Amino acid sequence: MAIYKLQVNGKTLQADVEADTPLLWVLRDHLGLVGTKYGCGIAQCGSCTVHVNGSATRSCVYPVSAVGNSQVLTIEGLSEKGDHPLQLAWDEIDVAQCGYCQSGQIMTAAALLKQNPKPSMDEIEVTMNGNICRCGAYHRIRDAVKLASSKI
Amino acid sequence: MTAITGGGLVLGFNWFSAEANVPEVISGSAMAAGNIGFNSFLSIATDGTVTIMSPNPELGQNIITSFPMVVAEELEADWKKVKVLQANLDNKFDRQLTGGSGAVPHSWKLLRNAGATAKFMLIAAAAKQWSVPESECTASNGFVLHARSGKKLSFGELAEAASKMPVPTSVKLKDRKDFKLIGKSVRNVENLKIVTGKPLFGMDFYREGMVYAMIQRPAFGMKLKSFDAAITKAMPGIIDVVSFKNNVAIVGKSTWEVLKARKLLKVDYEKEADLESTEDHDKLFLSLMDSGQATVRRKDGDVDAAFKNAEKVIKGEYQCPFISHSPMEPMNFFADVRPDGVELVGPTQTPARARAEVSQLLKIPEDKITLELTRLGGGFGRRLKNDFVTEAAELSSIIKKPVKLIWSKEDDMTGGTYRPAVRYRFEAALDAAGNLTGYKLRGVGINSGNSTREHNFPSGAVDNLLIDSVEHKSPITTGAWRAPITNFLAFAEQAFIDEVAHAAGKDPVQFRLDLLAKAKRAPVGEIRYDINRMETVIKMAAEKSGWGKKKDVSQGFSVYFSHASYVAQVADVIMRNGLPVVKKIYAVSDCGQVVALNGAVHQVMGGIVDGMGHAMYSKLSFRDGVADQNNYNTYRLIKMKEVPEIETHFVDNGIDPTGLGEPALPPTGGAVANAIFKATGKRLRNQPFIEEDVFKTVS
Repeated sequence: MAIYKLQVNGKTLQADVEADTPLLWVLRDHLGLVGTKYGCGIAQCGSCTVHVNGSATRSCVYPVSAVGNSQVLTIEGLSEKGDHPLQLAWDEIDVAQCGYCQSGQIMTAAALLKQNPKPSMDEIEVTMNGNICRCGAYHRIRDAVKLASSKI
Repeated sequence: MTAITGGGLVLGFNWFSAEANVPEVISGSAMAAGNIGFNSFLSIATDGTVTIMSPNPELGQNIITSFPMVVAEELEADWKKVKVLQANLDNKFDRQLTGGSGAVPHSWKLLRNAGATAKFMLIAAAAKQWSVPESECTASNGFVLHARSGKKLSFGELAEAASKMPVPTSVKLKDRKDFKLIGKSVRNVENLKIVTGKPLFGMDFYREGMVYAMIQRPAFGMKLKSFDAAITKAMPGIIDVVSFKNNVAIVGKSTWEVLKARKLLKVDYEKEADLESTEDHDKLFLSLMDSGQATVRRKDGDVDAAFKNAEKVIKGEYQCPFISHSPMEPMNFFADVRPDGVELVGPTQTPARARAEVSQLLKIPEDKITLELTRLGGGFGRRLKNDFVTEAAELSSIIKKPVKLIWSKEDDMTGGTYRPAVRYRFEAALDAAGNLTGYKLRGVGINSGNSTREHNFPSGAVDNLLIDSVEHKSPITTGAWRAPITNFLAFAEQAFIDEVAHAAGKDPVQFRLDLLAKAKRAPVGEIRYDINRMETVIKMAAEKSGWGKKKDVSQGFSVYFSHASYVAQVADVIMRNGLPVVKKIYAVSDCGQVVALNGAVHQVMGGIVDGMGHAMYSKLSFRDGVADQNNYNTYRLIKMKEVPEIETHFVDNGIDPTGLGEPALPPTGGAVANAIFKATGKRLRNQPFIEEDVFKTVS
């Protein structure tokens, strides 16, 4: 076990965990940030997506020891009041069914919009294709990313 | 439930009761003491806040929004002032479950009645205060108004006085033309919590002092022989390794420590029953198809004579594999078994059943067991079964600690309760004019129960008909999967009807309409579907999709009645690089009155994506009782780039709601397969379609 000091959502937080502990479980079990979800544990579904230095990262296979001084951003830190353009678009288009995968969907989309604020539908689909939504809310996810991009 | 305190009007009502539902006023003291003889209530606080309980488990079907909408509609509440609370398990509920697309149909009148009762009490209070007849007062948007004098009081101002008015024993419900909320797009009340990552789900539940656990379970047909946990126990964070039934449970301080230590567990299993493989099932299907052991489900007329006298006989066999529900949130539950009682928290579709099972298992009376419902990260039928709840409770009782039991995705996918694998044989007899004179269906299923739905279409439209089924009992466990049985039967039936129409030289839409006309003109035996409703969705889907008028796409038709609703679909397929691509699906649904329009559209779209995705891509195969696929890398789900455009329409007929959580799923496979036949000339008879020849590129 070792103490890891992590930069999460602009704050320094620490956890006493094994070096190979995935960031997902550090966030969920040790830091109380449960917005990041466990879906598959093998980087196949995208429910656990967070940003590490601005890049969309599958936290379920990203060991805490690799985080270092990187800035980690989770759904809880995306905006202070839940008013990031993507969060507003998700509400306006009423995207969620069960809602479980949506924080990962939003974080994947947020990384895309940061890099490419005006993506084409094709670019949206290519980026979002790795995030599974078991309820099949794909049309609205795509439309909400587009809507958010039009407001940035 | 401590959200309701102080004054105002609190109405309690039993909205699961089949008996006459007359709400009663709950006094503030009874409320504070929790002494309420009702399974739900709505309250109007003195500040005007309206609080409505939503009792059913929410798994994405949007009930937590649509139930309160119905109450608020009749109440004439200001929706902006409505708060919705998820109810926990209540002793008096008799249908607090999510399944069978039944929540809205079941509760529709009770919800309306509850809202209307409160409205008339508010009106009575206002009329009394103003000394005017009640008939001159109206309610609108959170106020009671007296038009003649221009007087106006808010619900909040009237709440206290209303609570002292007599409860009307019968109330007049609104005319649907006056609906302001019902049928409109009202957003999911939990959106903000979902998009900001608030702890809503069972996986997110945390209790100080709780431990985490996972369970190693045997393959199907195996049982536990022995285990060696020495290395596992020595791993960091591991508290204990215990065994019960055929389970070995690893208990630790965090999820990752449990996951990691579990890999080092040494477990020996021994054979308890047959170790079945998919190869065995394929052989079994063929032999059982010809066995004489079938249970007759429906028999009309003289089938043998019809086939003997037929001008043409058409046969088709269709087969599907087991599939997993694999909701995104894995199975999990929190249990704290203490000497004074049991606390359960988590996601289940059937909370009352969960409590009953825990009560029976631990020999603890039900009134000592509480169950708090969290939001469910998907269900699809998997969480109708509560094995993960009883496991958590049993484990907590053994280790004497509050425990959060988590199934990994692999545990979920290999843990059973699958959609049963089924094979169908259809036979049709046509006369010289191309009329369907005889129809036979045999279903052979693995742990499928009755794999037919013998009273569904085309039963009633065919003079000579025989439907029977054979079941093979297997150690591989099955359960209800969204639209049980019909999720595959509908595809097989609608694909076969298409084959028969083709053989009869008739247009597939007209062929179905002719059958319905026959059922209307000269019905045969019992008919449990509504011929007119089915006819309407067929005609409307043909019209909306431009059936028979499009030159650039190949279209396939399908229609199905399931639960209590009717959905017709048309798929448009094009060829791209020699492969069929589904471009668009049109859906016309008759689910009666739509409650939350955007939620209803979402259920139809999700049902189609779910139906198409599993028909196209998903399969679980077995080798000696072990699933070959155990996570999303080997078990394929549909992804964003693979979904077609979807256009949804609803029949606006004013019938009371008949449910929509499932009915849009069954028709999709048939529409897709029939369109692919049109495009390629190849029939798809086995799922997943992706393994069929039409999807293999010619190299």
